[in-house]
Amino acid sequence: MTLELATAQGQTLTDSGIETSPLAIRGLTVSYGQKPAVFSVDMTVQPGAMTAIIGPNGAGKSTLLKAALGIVKPLSGQVQVFGQPLEQQRARIAYVPQRASIDWDFPTRVIDVVLMGLYRELGLLRRIRGGHRKRAMECLARVGMQDFAKRQIGQLSGGQQQRVFLARALAQAADIYLLDEPFAGVDAATEKAIISVLKSLRAEGKTVVVVHHDLATVADYFDNVFLINTRKIAEGPVAEAFTADTLQAAYGGRLATAQVDQLARALG
Amino acid sequence: MTGAEFVPLSLTPLLIGIFAAVACALPGNFLVLRRQALIGDAISHVVLPGIVVAFLITGTIATLPMMLGAAGAAILAVILIEAIRRLGRIEPGAAMGVVFTTMFAAGVLLLEQSDTSSVHLDVEHALYGNLESLIWLDATGWASLLDPQALGGLPPELPRMAVTLLAVLLFTLVLWRPLKLSTFDEGFARTMGIHTPALGLALVIVAAVAAVAAFDAVGSIIVIAMFICPPAAARMMTDRLETQVGWSVLFAVIAAVSGYVLAGYGPLWLGARDAVSAAGMIATMSGVILALAALFGPCRSRTGAPQQG
Repeated sequence: MTLELATAQGQTLTDSGIETSPLAIRGLTVSYGQKPAVFSVDMTVQPGAMTAIIGPNGAGKSTLLKAALGIVKPLSGQVQVFGQPLEQQRARIAYVPQRASIDWDFPTRVIDVVLMGLYRELGLLRRIRGGHRKRAMECLARVGMQDFAKRQIGQLSGGQQQRVFLARALAQAADIYLLDEPFAGVDAATEKAIISVLKSLRAEGKTVVVVHHDLATVADYFDNVFLINTRKIAEGPVAEAFTADTLQAAYGGRLATAQVDQLARALG
Repeated sequence: MTGAEFVPLSLTPLLIGIFAAVACALPGNFLVLRRQALIGDAISHVVLPGIVVAFLITGTIATLPMMLGAAGAAILAVILIEAIRRLGRIEPGAAMGVVFTTMFAAGVLLLEQSDTSSVHLDVEHALYGNLESLIWLDATGWASLLDPQALGGLPPELPRMAVTLLAVLLFTLVLWRPLKLSTFDEGFARTMGIHTPALGLALVIVAAVAAVAAFDAVGSIIVIAMFICPPAAARMMTDRLETQVGWSVLFAVIAAVSGYVLAGYGPLWLGARDAVSAAGMIATMSGVILALAALFGPCRSRTGAPQQG
């Protein structure tokens, strides 16, 4: 499996949808060491919709997202945001990392974390003023965390921490929101709060992309799915791309019995 | 003590001690939070062979060759650490431990084997520095601070350490937001357009500059202590980074002043005749402050720490 092959398999950036898509990925290959984590993947995110990235553990879901954001360096491939290179469009992207990737012992308060969403706007030295704090508090209120503003972040439950991260993304006032496993290990109330915020973002015309692991809620929450297992398996509206066949192709023998049962119920 | 005694004998060593302590404590805050505190330790050890080699080549202990030697040794150490980490596939802490102990040992060996008797360069100097000897003999009292001729006789370590502190301070203030963000959440910092690998390298370089400058004036014991003790003690006083850095500066100053005074007078109070090493006592005081913060600080529990298991 050579690099040339990976590049050759990627399409050029002239095909349909690329100019208007909030996030278009072409021929993306990412490798940690010898084995590719993501191989020659194309993705065209639909504007104003909620898209779930789905696949088994280790299928490259988070890696795909991180490469799209420039956090990990791909071996090959291109990423375009609203038809332009990523670097020029960073201000239009908001990101919610995996909660487990953070040291929650860090000495900072909830309100300070939300204010980090404004750092781009504030630059290096501009003072944080009342107006900035007010906006940060409004973002906290949207996720129901306004009463926790002065808490140290380590004192929060997992679900509360996740909501604070979502509030920080809201403070970024972006056009596309990328979330990495926002529902992992959170309580039911938090899951409801997050999905309602995401749906309100969609109602405002924003684009939402979520790395998701719970197959049972896919049809309820999302408009589109993107199935991946190192390579792209399927992409499209839930009704077309989220089928028994595509799931079989993505998960193969790894789909546990419990998950199959869950799915049978979800798909009716 | 009158100004006539204090200014020539104690003012300059005190100021140099304070500047060195604060210059190391500031980047130490970020190194401790990034779990990289050992880097300060590593740097202060690896510069020794660099300084000895620079002396053997040039035959003098002039500042520039010493600094170049120290910088060369630090770069060699970084390369060795990376090589061992990759070839041996081990964690960076272990690679650092191997490299800096080996290089320090090589430095001590070189020092013992070479003829350095003619100059002030020996193992003791490397460890404890020569804080007490950095006196200002041209001064006659407080009025000397306004006397250009007397100021010309200041020990060169003082302006050098002051400039280093200023540079560290500027770095910390100007890059405060990127430093804070990339220390807390590196992935998010990348998406904000911050080049986190370059920033991490810049932090290590700033720490290295502070370490080399302080090493020259006060020895490696203070450097090691000041990178870790004041920031670690400060972390237990507050849950805000801004406040933590403030505490760490205060602790560094307290350690420098109390250590210097205790080293000079403590033994006399206890009935002994000689003073003890100021650098050693400053490091000891920073350890005492850390112990007190660990026992009584208000923010000691690690609520948000990842579960071990």
